[in-house]
Amino acid sequence: MGLLLLQLFNGISLSSILLLIALGLAITFGLMNVINMAHGEFIMIGAYMAYTIQQLFQKFVPASAFGWYFILSIGVAFAVAFAIGWLLEVTLIRFLYGRPLDSLLATWGVSLVLQQLARQIFGAPNVAVKAPEWLEGGLVLSEDLTLPYKRLFIIGLVVVCIVIIYLYQYHSRGGRNMQAVMQNRGMASCLGISTRRVDAQAFAFGSGMAGIAGCALTLVGPIGPSIGTYYIVDAFMVVVLGGIGKIIGTVAGALGIGVLNTAFEYTTSATLGKVIVFTLIIAFLQWKPSGLVTTRSRALD
Amino acid sequence: MHLSLSNTKIKIAFTLVLFALMLAAPMFLSEFRLSLLGKFLAYAIIAMGLDLIWGYTGILSLGHGVYFGLGAYCMAMHLKLVASHGELPDFMSWSGIEKLPAFWLPFQSPAAAILLAILVPMAVAFLLGYLTFRNRIKGSFFSILSQALVIITVTLFVGQQGYTGGTNGLTNFDSFLGLSMSEPSTKLMFYYITAFVVIATLILCQWLASSRLGKILVAVRDAENRVRFIGYNPVTYKVFIYCFSAGLAGLAGILFVLQEGIVSPAQMGIVPSIEMVLWVAIGGRATIFGAILGAVITNAAKTSFSEAYPEWWPIILGAMFIVVVLFLPKGIVGTCKELAEKRGWFQGKTRSPLQASSQARVTLDNDTNPAVTK
Repeated sequence: MGLLLLQLFNGISLSSILLLIALGLAITFGLMNVINMAHGEFIMIGAYMAYTIQQLFQKFVPASAFGWYFILSIGVAFAVAFAIGWLLEVTLIRFLYGRPLDSLLATWGVSLVLQQLARQIFGAPNVAVKAPEWLEGGLVLSEDLTLPYKRLFIIGLVVVCIVIIYLYQYHSRGGRNMQAVMQNRGMASCLGISTRRVDAQAFAFGSGMAGIAGCALTLVGPIGPSIGTYYIVDAFMVVVLGGIGKIIGTVAGALGIGVLNTAFEYTTSATLGKVIVFTLIIAFLQWKPSGLVTTRSRALD
Repeated sequence: MHLSLSNTKIKIAFTLVLFALMLAAPMFLSEFRLSLLGKFLAYAIIAMGLDLIWGYTGILSLGHGVYFGLGAYCMAMHLKLVASHGELPDFMSWSGIEKLPAFWLPFQSPAAAILLAILVPMAVAFLLGYLTFRNRIKGSFFSILSQALVIITVTLFVGQQGYTGGTNGLTNFDSFLGLSMSEPSTKLMFYYITAFVVIATLILCQWLASSRLGKILVAVRDAENRVRFIGYNPVTYKVFIYCFSAGLAGLAGILFVLQEGIVSPAQMGIVPSIEMVLWVAIGGRATIFGAILGAVITNAAKTSFSEAYPEWWPIILGAMFIVVVLFLPKGIVGTCKELAEKRGWFQGKTRSPLQASSQARVTLDNDTNPAVTK
C-alpha cells in the first residue's frame, strides 16, 4: 500500500513539473499559434539562475542566510526568463505569426544557440545545486512512506502558480484581454486591445513560468545545458493531450502523462513505459482529436 | 545576356548537369571526400522525400530520422549477420542472449533486408500518418507527435541493448553480397549506386510533383478543407505521400549504412531529424533540386565547420535556422528562381507553387483561421 502511494506521489510530483513547463506552452500556443521550441531553454536559464545565485550567496552572504537563496532565485529566475522571453518575442517571434511551422524551426535555432551559449558560459558538465536545509528530509507518514519535502515544495509551488495564473486570466484586466485575443483576435483588436502587447506579455509570461520550472528542477537533480530537452517533448505532449484554451485541460493532461509515465515505468521498464504512454496518447487522440478540454468552436480547423 | 527558357527545359538541363557532375566527381575528389559526398547524396534522397511532404503538402515531419534509422538498421542487421558468419552477433552474447531473436531471422537474406528496410519505415509512417491525419490533427500537433515518435524510438533502441546493440549501434561489418566493404572498388560502386538512385528519385519526384497527384498535394497544403469539399479525400493523399517519403528515407538509410559502415541511435535522434528539415529549407521548399542542393551544401558546411570550430557549429546551425526562416523563406533555389523571373529569363509557366501559395495564403488564412471564424 505504502509503495503504491509512493508511486502515485512520484507521479504527481512529475506531473507538477510538467505542468509548470506546459502552462507557458499552452498559453503561447493557444494565443499566438506559435510553437516555441526554445521553451526548454528557458527552463535551463531558470536552473542556471538558481545555480548562479547559490554561488553568489556562498561567496558574499553569511552562511546563516544561505537557506533563503532559493526563494530569491525563484523570483530572479522568473524575472530573467521573462525579460529574455520578451526580447525574443520582440526580435523574432512577432515576424512569424501565421506561420506556425516556420516559428517552430526558428525557435529551434534559438534553442541551439542558447544551449551552446550556456555550454560556453557554465561549461558542458552538469552542475549540482545544493538544496537549502529547510527542504532536506521528508514528511514521514508511515514506516515505508516518506514524502520528501523537496517534492512537496514543488507541488506546493505549482499550486500557487496555478492559482496566480487563474486569478490573472479570469479576474484581471490583462488576463481578460488575453482571453479575448485568444478567442477572437480581430474583434479584440477592434475593441481597442493592443494585441501586439498582449502577445508579447503572454510570451514573456510563459517564458517566466518556464524559468520557475527550471528553478524547481534544481531540487530534483543536477542541471546541465541540455536539461530543457529532457522535458520539452513531454511538455508538448501535455499540451496536445490537454487541449488548448483552458488551464484545467493542461492540468489534466499533465496529471495523466505524469502518473501514467511513472506507473508504467515502474511496472514495466523505463523504455517500455514511454512507448506505452505514447501509444495510449495516440489512441486517446482517436477518440478526442483536439485534446481533453477545448474551447467550443464552430471553426472547421 | 538575355535568356529565355521554359521551365521543363531548365529542369531537364539541370538534371543532366547534376548527373554529369556526380559521374565526374570520382575523378576530382580524394577517396575520403568522395565517401563524404556519397553520404551527402544519401541524405539528399531523404531531403527529396521531405520536400514532397513539407514543401508540397505542408506536413512538417520532425520524425524522418526514425524512418532513416529504421532503414539503416534493417540493412545493418543483415550486414551484422553476414559479419558474424553464422554465429550469434557479438553484442547479443555480451547481453546474455543465447539464441538469435525471431525478428532477426528474415535479415539473413539480403533481398529481404533491402525490402524490409523500405517497408518497415513505410509501415510505421502509415500507422502514425493514418491515425493522425484521419482525425484532422493540425499541422503543428502532427509535428509534435512525430517528434515524440523520435524520442520513444531512440529510447527503445538504446534500452533494448540485447536486440539492437544499444548506444553503440551496429558496426564491424565486413562484406555485402560477397564484396569486401573496405575495398576502394566496392566503395566506388556504392557511390555510383547512390548517384543513380539520386537521379532516379529526382526524376520520380519531379514526375510526382508535376502530375495530377502533385497538384492535389499543393491544394491540400493551401486549402485542405476546400479540397475536401470538392470531393477528394485529403487523408488518402497525405497518408500516401507520407509513406512514400518514409520509404525514401529508408532507402537512404540502406545506402548510408553501406557507405558509413555503422548505424547508431544518435543518427536518428531529435537533432538529426530536425537538421533534415533544415536541408530542405535552405535548398528551397517545393523545389526538388533545392532539396538535393540543400542537403549537400548544408552537410558540406557542417563537415568543414565542425572540423575547424566544433564549439561554434551549434551556434552557426541555430543561426542558419533563424536566417533562413526570416530572410530566405524560399531557400536558395526559390530565391534564384525569383531573381531570374524578375530579369525575364523565363517564359511560359514561371511561378513556383510556393509563390502562388504565399499570395493565396493571405486570403485563405482569413477563412480557415479559427481565431477569426470562432
